[in-house]
Amino acid sequence: MNDLAQGLSSAARLLSGADSELWSVVALSLRVSGTACLIGAAVGLTAGAWLAIARFPGYALVVGVLNTLLALPSVVVGLVVYLLLSRAGPLGTLGILFTPSAMVIAQSILVVPLVAALARRLVLLALAEGGDQLRSLGAGRFTTALLLLLHERFGVLTVLLTAFGRAIAEVGAVMIVGGNIDGVTRVMTTTIALETSKGDLPLALALGVVLLGVVALLNTVIALLQWRSGAPREALA
Amino acid sequence: MKAPIRQTLISLHDAGVSFSDTRALRGVTLSLQRGDRLMLVGANGSGKTTLLRLLHGLQQPDVAGTLQTHALVPEGRAPRGAMMFQRPFLMSLSVRWNVLLGLWLHGVPASERETRCQQALQRVGLASLARRRARELSGGQQQRLALARAWALQPDILFLDEPTASLDPGAKREVEALVQDFAADGVTLVMSTHNLGQARRLGTRVAYLEAGTLVVDRLVEDFFSGDDLPDPARQFLKGELPWHT
Repeated sequence: MNDLAQGLSSAARLLSGADSELWSVVALSLRVSGTACLIGAAVGLTAGAWLAIARFPGYALVVGVLNTLLALPSVVVGLVVYLLLSRAGPLGTLGILFTPSAMVIAQSILVVPLVAALARRLVLLALAEGGDQLRSLGAGRFTTALLLLLHERFGVLTVLLTAFGRAIAEVGAVMIVGGNIDGVTRVMTTTIALETSKGDLPLALALGVVLLGVVALLNTVIALLQWRSGAPREALA
Repeated sequence: MKAPIRQTLISLHDAGVSFSDTRALRGVTLSLQRGDRLMLVGANGSGKTTLLRLLHGLQQPDVAGTLQTHALVPEGRAPRGAMMFQRPFLMSLSVRWNVLLGLWLHGVPASERETRCQQALQRVGLASLARRRARELSGGQQQRLALARAWALQPDILFLDEPTASLDPGAKREVEALVQDFAADGVTLVMSTHNLGQARRLGTRVAYLEAGTLVVDRLVEDFFSGDDLPDPARQFLKGELPWHT
């Protein structure tokens, strides 16, 4: 308890003192996870919308696989991306292993299934309410699905927040493909793991506080947007 | 009021619709004439909504039946249809954007959209609420917005699925007046309703459905006179109009 109290007080000093090492780690974390989420949003929302309206042989299998990927272990993703990007791997010529780009790829692979599966469910529910009416106005099936994502935009924001939370809190994949190189690929979670193993709890705790703060801030921004637009509160529940 | 030119717009022959093991419609033969105000009546589950969806093209007939849409004369193009549903789906956007979206989806050129949107909202009395969120409107206002969105598409045929089912008497009158207004402009109407008084006021033809079968299709005065009506239709009429003998 004493360690925790001391750690928290040192963490507060680090945060208020604008420690440059701390903030460079935070900035890289936000950049990597933010980019992964943007890619996840573009690919996942499109795939989710399409899966909500598509019917083809093997559809149930694809949806089953997608739902299974919701629990995709991050270390497995890290290992696969490592094998792909390592010098002997098929994408080794890109030379991006142990760079932030490799970390973005790994985190994108983690969040795409999450965004796609949740977006598919959002669109399926909305289709029952308004699918026919949009089609009667002249919308094609895929356009209908995309419009329903727009209609359910606060639900979509919640999905993206969930995806961002998964990306920024993930440690296994970025550790493997990033290598936790100081000043290059060191992000909040890998720093927390490293500093804890070294016994430097204040920095680890400070980063933990920042990590929680970032997600809380995003949540607040979305709630404010929701409040300003008058959307029902259940959208974020 | 424009004098409608009598011509067939849609013809159905022996058309049925099945959902898995359920036959929602069976053997329906019907033709819709330009200028008709066809009222579909019948109990819940009789197939009114399915028939509306079939005529509008949202539903395909089973293999055995045929559905034909005929080109307008003298325009030489296929008739434009718009449908208003019992519970209109309005996007979580403003009133104005809901109408503009319909116009965009229908392929209306960008230069015309704003004018047509304003005209439609003015026509249904919602111009002053153009910037309000559509989902904050009252039930009657939402139905009027759905009518504006449909009317803005300049349809030749307007399909209405129990448009006043859940409205209070005042809102019901407003929607009914608008529907009459559109019909007076020459728009062909196909409307399902449980309200026989409304069918009498708005219709020129009444079709009675029971268990997915079209039992009878008559001019409105012939239907309500009750002469030579098949038994199921006569019983339905008696149930709905207890003073009718």
